[in-house]
Amino acid sequence: MSVLLLTALALAFGVFLGFVAIKFRVEGDPIVEKIDTLLPQTQCGQCGYPGCRPYAEAIASEEAEINQCPPGGEAGVQALAELLGKEPMPLNPDNGVAEEGPAMLALIDEETCIGCTKCVQICPVDAISGAPGFMHTVLDVYCTGCELCLPPLCPVDDCIIMVPVEANIRTWKWSNPEAVGAVL
Amino acid sequence: MNKLWRFNGGVKLSGFKSLSNAAGVKRPPLPKRLYLPLQQHIGAPAEALVEVGDKVYKGQLIAASSSFISAPVHASSSGTVVELKKHIIAHPSGIAEDCIVIETDGKDEWHSSISALSNPDALDLDELRSRISEAGVVGLGGAVFPSGAKLKPTRSIDTLVINGAECEPYITCDDRLMRTRPREIIRGLLLLRRLVNPTECIIAVEDNKPEAVQHLRRAIDELKSEGIGSVSTVRVVAVPTLFPAGGEKQLIKVLTGKAVPQRGLPYEVGVVCLNVGTTAAVYDAIYEGKPLISRLVTITGPNVKHAANYEVPIGTPVQHMLDIAGADDTGGGEQNRLIMGGPMMGHVLPNAQVPVVKATNCILVEPKADVVPTTAMPCIRCGSCADVCPMHLLPQQLYWHARGKAFDKLDHHNLADCIECGCCAVACPSKIPLVHYFRFAKTEKKEFDAKAIFADQSRVRMQIREARIAQRERELEERKAKRKADRLKKKKAKAAAAAASANASVDDQDQASNGVSV
Repeated sequence: MSVLLLTALALAFGVFLGFVAIKFRVEGDPIVEKIDTLLPQTQCGQCGYPGCRPYAEAIASEEAEINQCPPGGEAGVQALAELLGKEPMPLNPDNGVAEEGPAMLALIDEETCIGCTKCVQICPVDAISGAPGFMHTVLDVYCTGCELCLPPLCPVDDCIIMVPVEANIRTWKWSNPEAVGAVL
Repeated sequence: MNKLWRFNGGVKLSGFKSLSNAAGVKRPPLPKRLYLPLQQHIGAPAEALVEVGDKVYKGQLIAASSSFISAPVHASSSGTVVELKKHIIAHPSGIAEDCIVIETDGKDEWHSSISALSNPDALDLDELRSRISEAGVVGLGGAVFPSGAKLKPTRSIDTLVINGAECEPYITCDDRLMRTRPREIIRGLLLLRRLVNPTECIIAVEDNKPEAVQHLRRAIDELKSEGIGSVSTVRVVAVPTLFPAGGEKQLIKVLTGKAVPQRGLPYEVGVVCLNVGTTAAVYDAIYEGKPLISRLVTITGPNVKHAANYEVPIGTPVQHMLDIAGADDTGGGEQNRLIMGGPMMGHVLPNAQVPVVKATNCILVEPKADVVPTTAMPCIRCGSCADVCPMHLLPQQLYWHARGKAFDKLDHHNLADCIECGCCAVACPSKIPLVHYFRFAKTEKKEFDAKAIFADQSRVRMQIREARIAQRERELEERKAKRKADRLKKKKAKAAAAAASANASVDDQDQASNGVSV
């Protein structure tokens, strides 16, 4: 009797598990998603991969280290180390240095733009609009500041430059009390 | 009926109110130039309607409200628009924002559309509400939330609270307003009563202002004897003087015993709360037809010669007021630290060129020599900060997490509920500038959240771009394949035709072209 019961239970659970495995199958590698959300999505390619997601995939497959993302900075490395249970390490200088200061955006000098569309084609987030032979312009709400459009890609000197984002009262931040030793 | 409750914590502070509340309201001479910021309220900035060179009159609409939560701006005197530019505003950052600059002509002429309404009590409710919004009335207690948006509660209201507590030290503009214009405040209240339809109305005043209470009660009796029956629903309640009793949530707790839910609004517990200054502005907007173009400002400080309350046109540079009040006779503004608001919740002004705005209730002039720099000592975990926090928060925990920028933990400890009243910093025996830490953490968190949203947007745009490129490549492939297939087909057809003709003449020519037969 007990043998029959257990066999029946085993069969029932087997069928159930098989069903669940098909029905709730996870597409792709969930760790890649998690890594991807920690990356800044600048899509600049400084890590050596063509975008943040490919870099996330490379980290997941242990092909790349976690210290190859300058826009993410030390804080980004820290977050990745925590997620993956690795030791934090300093940024790899081969990939570039983390830049301090205000965020930078690309700006096209519309006078000198020759309308070659090179920047339009390379922009990873479609933040440049323009057509062959016509002036191009940067849609600043979408620009991630990846610098891919700068010379040597742009054939005209000083046509595309990086400018700091102007501070306003909505994005202004209070100083760190520790840094200024402030009394208020 | 007159039971009062208590909010958690709070601190007793010296008032320093007699510095400025003895003299009556003074009217300063007009400044040469008025600087009117387009954003003086919570919500979207107003949109300028005038251009450089335009002649404007007092009370004329010069910038229109741009969304539901927004407020228009009116010219506070007559003159000419001389500039539309970024000018430094009353904000701790010292950042310049869009302003309309008017050169006054000294005539102070009203715009022709401004006139007293003949029968304001007959206005229907929607008309009343839109007139309040169009007059640019915002909360004058400090939060500058557009009042029109507050006056359409989605549930029934039990209590309308008019806030005259004025709990911060030094500030006396509401005190003086209640003494000089009690009738206007009560008639404004009755207009608000029509809009929100509460069962009772309370004007709350801290018990350190007995004259204000007296004036209000007398005005109620007068109006009653004039036959305005609805005034009998209005009570004037003296609440115990304890900072921050004038905080909206704290005052509601004291008066009704109800706690406004976390991240909620007062109407959720059946209360609508407005400041006395706002109520008087509502009166002006409806009965006089006048938009909000001036406000009472307390100019005070230990060395201010004529410390008092002034009826200041919005846009007047602070320097002009300091000169009139005799606060800066040593020149330059270098000797004094200027605080807009009170010593607890106010902030330091970047300089004296900033204009007075709708939120400016007080300019506190502190001689820089009196400001003793204190050094913060380590936290000794005494818990005094939690004892005095009127929002039931744990400032000590928030402090550690603010230092570590642990945003999820700050969220968990409800940083967003902090009203920045400063009780914790006053209570702290180690003199840690706790409020500064919380303000810092709030803006850091805001930036962190904004970055996360931007990253999501960039990720999606990248994905869309990749999908588009893949699609185009696929299409190119397909087209190429199709072209190849077409070419092949044509070749075959040609070959077939050639073969057919070749077959026809194969006997004659005895030649089969190997290159053609496939």
